[in-house]
Amino acid sequence: MEALLTEVVGRAKECAEYEVQTIFIGGGTPSVVDTVWIEKLLAAVREHYCMAEDAEISMEVNPGTVDLDKLLHYRNAGVNRLSIGLQSVSDEELKVLGRIHTFSQFLDTYAWTAEAGFDNCNVDIMAALPGQTMESYRETLKKVLSLNPPPKHISAYSLIVEEGTPFAELNEQKKLCLPEEETEREMYWDTHKRLLEAGYEHYEISNYAMPGYACRHNIGYWKRKDYLGFGIGAASLIENRRFSNESNLEKYTEEPLNCRQEAVSLTVKEQMEEFMFLGLRMRSGICVKEFEEEFGESLREIYGFVIDKNIRDGLLHMSEDGAYLALTDRGIDISNYVLAQFLL
Amino acid sequence: MASYDQSKIRNFCIVAHIDHGKSTLADRIIEQTGLLTSREMQAQVLDNMELERERGITIKAQSVRTVYRAKDGEEYIFNLIDTPGHVDFNYEVSRSLAACDGAILVVDAAQGIEAQTLANVYLALDHDLDVFPVINKIDLPSAEPQRVIDEIEDVIGIEAQDAPLISAKNGIGIDEVLEQIVTKIPAPKGDPAAPLQALIFDSLYDSYKGVIIFCRIMEGTVKKGTTIRMMATGAKQEVVEVGYFGAGQFFPCEELSAGMVGYITASIKNVKDTAVGDTVTDANRPCAEPLPGYKKVQSMVYCGMYPADGAKYPDLRDALEKLQLNDASLNYEPETSIALGFGFRCGFLGLLHLEIIQERLEREYNLDLVTTAPGVIYKVHKLNGEVIELTNPSNLPDPSEIDYMEEPIVTAEIMVTNEFIGSIMELCQERRGRYLGMEYIEGSRAVLKYELPLNEIIYDFFDALKSRSRGYASFDYDIKGYEQSSLVKLDILINREEVDALSFIVHADSAYERGRKMCEKLKDEIPRHLFEIPIQAAVGGKIIARETVKAMRKDVLAKCYGGDITRKKKLLEKQKEGKKRMRQIGNVEIPQKAFMSVLKLDDKK
Repeated sequence: MEALLTEVVGRAKECAEYEVQTIFIGGGTPSVVDTVWIEKLLAAVREHYCMAEDAEISMEVNPGTVDLDKLLHYRNAGVNRLSIGLQSVSDEELKVLGRIHTFSQFLDTYAWTAEAGFDNCNVDIMAALPGQTMESYRETLKKVLSLNPPPKHISAYSLIVEEGTPFAELNEQKKLCLPEEETEREMYWDTHKRLLEAGYEHYEISNYAMPGYACRHNIGYWKRKDYLGFGIGAASLIENRRFSNESNLEKYTEEPLNCRQEAVSLTVKEQMEEFMFLGLRMRSGICVKEFEEEFGESLREIYGFVIDKNIRDGLLHMSEDGAYLALTDRGIDISNYVLAQFLL
Repeated sequence: MASYDQSKIRNFCIVAHIDHGKSTLADRIIEQTGLLTSREMQAQVLDNMELERERGITIKAQSVRTVYRAKDGEEYIFNLIDTPGHVDFNYEVSRSLAACDGAILVVDAAQGIEAQTLANVYLALDHDLDVFPVINKIDLPSAEPQRVIDEIEDVIGIEAQDAPLISAKNGIGIDEVLEQIVTKIPAPKGDPAAPLQALIFDSLYDSYKGVIIFCRIMEGTVKKGTTIRMMATGAKQEVVEVGYFGAGQFFPCEELSAGMVGYITASIKNVKDTAVGDTVTDANRPCAEPLPGYKKVQSMVYCGMYPADGAKYPDLRDALEKLQLNDASLNYEPETSIALGFGFRCGFLGLLHLEIIQERLEREYNLDLVTTAPGVIYKVHKLNGEVIELTNPSNLPDPSEIDYMEEPIVTAEIMVTNEFIGSIMELCQERRGRYLGMEYIEGSRAVLKYELPLNEIIYDFFDALKSRSRGYASFDYDIKGYEQSSLVKLDILINREEVDALSFIVHADSAYERGRKMCEKLKDEIPRHLFEIPIQAAVGGKIIARETVKAMRKDVLAKCYGGDITRKKKLLEKQKEGKKRMRQIGNVEIPQKAFMSVLKLDDKK
């Protein structure tokens, strides 16, 4: 944490011309560290950076790692949005996931957030878990929607078994009882249906929010706004250069300001590709005019063939006024197939 | 070399069953004749192609000249011509033998005579070579030299009591081999003053020297400046250089005369001018007639070879042309496939030969290839009396025009220990074999004789033979001729479109089984598309098997935030890269390796 503070302070000079719009404290479980560090961290940002008055300041908290007192401190430190990793209401499913909390601990945590004055909370839930059924998943959806007050934001992810993880190994040995892909898609679209009925907007492949409560920070990633990451392995995008910090703890703590790996300057081609494959994750899609303003070339000129083909295949949809291009529902199901075609 | 004594030359080769230690013995001979120091020796001097060393077999006939000081105090020139051991390469063995006056027969002291031992010895005797046996691997615990000696005398009928007992690997008994080369192999004959008559037994393309002809001078003399003529092709050129072979090196010399083995270069640019087996003569003083040719080379197995990238077609053509120079048994002609575009129909001696050529094209010429299912040459007798030699199944005439079809049949000899006779007979039955008889060689082993259709043995017969006999069976075959057979063309339809490159000819009785396996295999090979893809096998328009590749249902990344972007992009790039290696057929993309899948239909064993 000492090193992290050093980095935050030390980088301020580089960012003199930026106004901080959003902050996201996450990646791991920041709620386990002593609250005083969170206070110091945000105080340091306020002191050394230019902050927008209405900045969105999010923090990830995990049930079982916080109490009311901690949440009050976060609130006082300036955090105005919490993201709570619930994942599932079934304790059994949580156990399989290796989570330390239970559903009842989540309920306590959730009650405290309101008490501490947070009105903008996200709840993470997961589908396609080992052993999960349509019924048990619906139970999770139902219980999350009946929270009082209902969360302003819900991230609903499907479990992806990544190579090299213990899950991948179990899956290889057929010991992981994952739902069929048909069931997984059913879970996905069931989420969509129920959350829309409950008044949420589906604004990105895995994200839902009450009107006005979409996560500004994450939208920044998909719209390719500049961002600066602090901490071990943290990634940044500044003026079309992507770089990351060293992911070795010792090296980072020794020289937090001098442990960046080589930056990659994005070519115009790469910028276009990113614009498309990140932008199309949002349900509103990409704004044709924004593309043309940013690159000075017509979208049709670059991607006309791919766009037409995918519209024909029912995977992309162009808004009637031709202003926005977005994935259709079917396009979402196989979005990698579509997005890969936007690589030049 | 101006004055040399024909009686001091020995031209010989080594014949053996695969793995009996032929190449190792060659190495020892070269080593102990002192041409090269031990330091210069690579593991196996004669196997100088990368691929040969990896596979542990000798593909190309190679030759080397060494000098031996014998116990009689005289110096002898040894020309050792290496021969391949695999059944696919009988032709190469044959043309190497024709350049020799004698042969060393290497037999493994533990395994004794094997099918190829017999085949190669008979080939050598056919060429009137004097053969003397050598018993190798006597240091193995399971070695039984006396049993093997008796076996050689009983089965082959050549004197073997004084055969050197050696271990080529450990250098035991090599001196005796060298002495016997001097005493048992006859010196060459031929008149240096007679009109030139030289046999081309191999050739090599060198970008500086042009075509290098490897030859044995039978009569006459050739030197720099001689105008030579190839008697079969008629090509004429002036000789630039003559010489002999070190290990992997060329040593120029004044002249080559009757009895010698060496090379000739003559700025020959067109590889087709130097057909292996042709006779070289002096254009100004030609010999009366060419030497009796080698056993004519016949391609037995055909397949289509296409560049993965259509633009590489000229590169593939050039590569094939160069390979053919060193390998007279390879032939090719252009063909076009609806599915695969422009390519070549190539003929090979056998499946191993095919695989070697394919690997060389990919490695040495850096070509990415799509290869279609290998097949044999079928004779199609049409009702109008016309006979077509069919090498590409797509060219099969309409069944209504066909009277009957014939397929090539081989006579196979399989040598096997008694305990596996049952399982090998079963295998031969499955492959439509016709039992001819069985002979016991000694108490525990027998030679099974079968007639088998060639198309039943080109895929994986050899592997099946080995696996069903725990490696003990050995196998050799000869083409017997053509026989009428009930053959059908099996077509594969992908998304209801016939894919010409996947068609093959099969016996009517196995069509259903093969069709079903093919569909199953393709189902695994073809990636899911936006739509469902039926894969069907059909004979004469009638569907006999079907599988379905289900439509793509889900391919989505749940999360993509700040730290994930670079990694996720790599994932998409990989996906896009994969698509590049596909062939578009109708609106279906088929991975290139699917075209080879018919080869692997029996891999469940």
